[in-house]
Amino acid sequence: MGEKYTLQMKNIHKEYYGNKVLHGIDLNVKEGEIHALLGENGAGKSTLMNILFGMPVIHNTGGFEGEVLIDGKSANIESPKKAMEYGIGMVHQEFMLIPEYTITENVKLNREITKENFISKLFGKRAEKLRFLDQEQMGKEARQSLDVAGLDIDEWVRVKGLPVGYMQFIEIAREIDKENIKMIVFDEPTAVLTESEADNLMKTMKKLAKKGISILFITHRLSEVIYAADQVTILRDGKLIECKPTSETNVHELAALMVGKEIELPESVDSSHILEQEVVLDVNNLTVEMPGEEVHDVSFQVHKGEIYGIGGLAGQGKIGIANGIMGLYPTKGDIAFNGSPLILNDINHVLKKGLAFVSEDRRSIGLLLEDSIERNIAISRLHIQKDFLKNYGLFKLIDQKHVRKHALEMIEKLDIRCIGPEQHTGKLSGGNQQKVCIARALTLEPQILFVSEPTRGIDIGAKKIVLDLLVELNKKLGMTIVMTSSELAELRMVCDRIAIVTEGKIEGTLKPTDSDTDFGLMMAGEYHKTHNKGDDSDAGSN
Amino acid sequence: MPEVIKDYTRKIGLPRIIIAATFVFLFILAFFVNLPVAMLVSNIIRRFGMYGVLVLAMVPAIQSGIGPNFALPLGIVAGILGALISIELALNSFWWALIIAIPIATVVGYFYGKLLNRIKGSEMLVATYTGFSVVSFMSIMWILLPFSSKEMVWPIGRGLRVTVSLESSFGNVLNDFLGFNIGEVYIPTGLLLFFFGMCFLVWVFSKSKSGVAMKASGDNPKFATASGIEVNSYRILGTILSTVLGAVGILVYAQSYNFVQLYTAPLMMAFPAVAAILIGGASANKVKISHAIIGVFLFQGLLTIALPVASQVFAYGNIAGVLRMIVQNGIILYALTKVGGE
Repeated sequence: MGEKYTLQMKNIHKEYYGNKVLHGIDLNVKEGEIHALLGENGAGKSTLMNILFGMPVIHNTGGFEGEVLIDGKSANIESPKKAMEYGIGMVHQEFMLIPEYTITENVKLNREITKENFISKLFGKRAEKLRFLDQEQMGKEARQSLDVAGLDIDEWVRVKGLPVGYMQFIEIAREIDKENIKMIVFDEPTAVLTESEADNLMKTMKKLAKKGISILFITHRLSEVIYAADQVTILRDGKLIECKPTSETNVHELAALMVGKEIELPESVDSSHILEQEVVLDVNNLTVEMPGEEVHDVSFQVHKGEIYGIGGLAGQGKIGIANGIMGLYPTKGDIAFNGSPLILNDINHVLKKGLAFVSEDRRSIGLLLEDSIERNIAISRLHIQKDFLKNYGLFKLIDQKHVRKHALEMIEKLDIRCIGPEQHTGKLSGGNQQKVCIARALTLEPQILFVSEPTRGIDIGAKKIVLDLLVELNKKLGMTIVMTSSELAELRMVCDRIAIVTEGKIEGTLKPTDSDTDFGLMMAGEYHKTHNKGDDSDAGSN
Repeated sequence: MPEVIKDYTRKIGLPRIIIAATFVFLFILAFFVNLPVAMLVSNIIRRFGMYGVLVLAMVPAIQSGIGPNFALPLGIVAGILGALISIELALNSFWWALIIAIPIATVVGYFYGKLLNRIKGSEMLVATYTGFSVVSFMSIMWILLPFSSKEMVWPIGRGLRVTVSLESSFGNVLNDFLGFNIGEVYIPTGLLLFFFGMCFLVWVFSKSKSGVAMKASGDNPKFATASGIEVNSYRILGTILSTVLGAVGILVYAQSYNFVQLYTAPLMMAFPAVAAILIGGASANKVKISHAIIGVFLFQGLLTIALPVASQVFAYGNIAGVLRMIVQNGIILYALTKVGGE
């Protein structure tokens, strides 16, 4: 490992439309170093990488502040092509390979080796693009790169149909096949791999590092960081939290650093009385096929009058639970609601039974953006309970007066800031849109309310109002709430119990007052691993 | 002041302003070239009522999310069948034609709706060719179907005539109902009443539980699903309504025209209807009934007035016919570029 820095990013600031997402980040990667970049969703990892690769999204939103140095020289990376010329490569999370092409063709794509043919000879220099491909040479070079990447598969096999584990290595081979490659960024490379594949990958990474290629390794798997990386940088909320050699830290410390937030926790949460209440929702062996948020065999119980939190990192399956129970995605399992079984995959039935859902995707699932607030609030009840209708003999028409009256009540009760009940919801601010969604759910007079990502994409002031609203509904009306959120801090502020979902399973259930370390370990899926080893943690899981 | 103008422009929409301005300009021009303005006005009103229901047929289609119904010929063919069967059975009444046509259109619309649910995302193209196919198929049927009424079949040989006169059945029944003159301008009261009546029915439907659910599933299928609304069945409902309105529309058109046109006549009939609703302010997924009313008035008004004016200004042979094609297709082309809304 040399003392030369391959990449230095100095004092990087970035804001999107006045919303500051990076606050003076420094990132230094030495030659031949494996450097881990660690952080929750939304910590700023992706934005930092977008800057490094000169993605258009950065330049279309006013660029960034700060300096990027490559090999100690100031670099102006204004496009992904430029990044490639500087010798920075990326192994993507979603594989960027052409399935119908062979491995060699994928590795050599747009860098094909050519030889002359009679047409190109005829037209001379201008006809470079008409040359034939030198298949033999391409195959040879691809073979070399594949060997370095540690993939012993025929280089002329088509990519289509190969197991996902292989694709990762083909991407690596493609990157190291580039002559000037200095640094490879791995974006959560182990997320889709099995354990042995992940081991192989890390061995390959070490091998590459020995050859002098720097590696930036983005992940949230803490044990991999300790195992593979030399140095680790931790980001949280767009701020640089820590940068230290992995030899001086451990999984527990990393977990706490990744999650820890200065939040006001309730002094003491006494959730024991909650557990004495009857079980409202009894979920057993729930499996949900929601793309990107799959849930495997999850069981849990929600008690009456409780706020039950579901947390975890993105893509781990926490979102799938509520969507599955409501019947929006194919679901298997046994769910009992108030003691009687719930028919799965039937939204109508579920809504009629008294479950209501505020979707995590407010703008595309939660609202009719080009319709009025009052219509948005009334429509679910109108459809499910056939209310808000007036009988005109031959036909029943919507009772506009009733709809209006109800909307005005809701606007007052939830303090929806709007011009009037006729305003289109698309024109409202995020917080007020969320309130309209909640109003619609409440209009169904549910016994249990599922709320997913209630504060996503709304500003800080409005976040607090929405959370307070949920607590108020719970305290005053005794509404049972199941709240799913990526923001651990807000779950810990309002919930009685919090389940952490990792890889489609509930890793464990914690009290809001449990330690940052326990939350961090659970989110990284390392809780049981460390505890099974007989670690001396006093975490209170139930 | 410019702010106010901008505001209005946005509200009314630039295309409507341009077309309305052209309309007014041509109207003034018509005075100057000494055209019989009273007759032109009568024509505009008649064509407004004549095409109105066909344009209105676009409303449920767009509301339910299948987009402008380019497969309008399906409904048209059903309507024609209704007319022919009523004449064949010597029922000779507009209402009987409706009663026969509507069930046919319902069945056709149902199966067509099923088809549309399988090809979500490419409705417009599939619809266009569904329309073309059914017109060609029916061209064969008009020869093979066992109609025998002397009114309709060729005197010699086999099959139905290209145009069937409605003189002895229900030609002009709506146009003549309570019709009166204001000066030289004829007001076809029945025709207008019928059109506005249909608009009212569509409006009533949009206020019903099904109407609200249909609109929601068109506006945002994901939202609708999450509210327990069966999106696919409401798309079928929208398709059925559109097809039925197409059938009713062609009967209104035929009685006013005094003829039923068979064979390839319905081939292109969807396009003026689609153009009219788009000019009226609709987009591929947003529509109001007022768009149909404004659209059909502007589109048909412009066509009615542009041709005589053009043939007066350029008095060379058949230039009017050519100009007709240019104006009509130009408006359609312009409207189609606005499918995505403005």
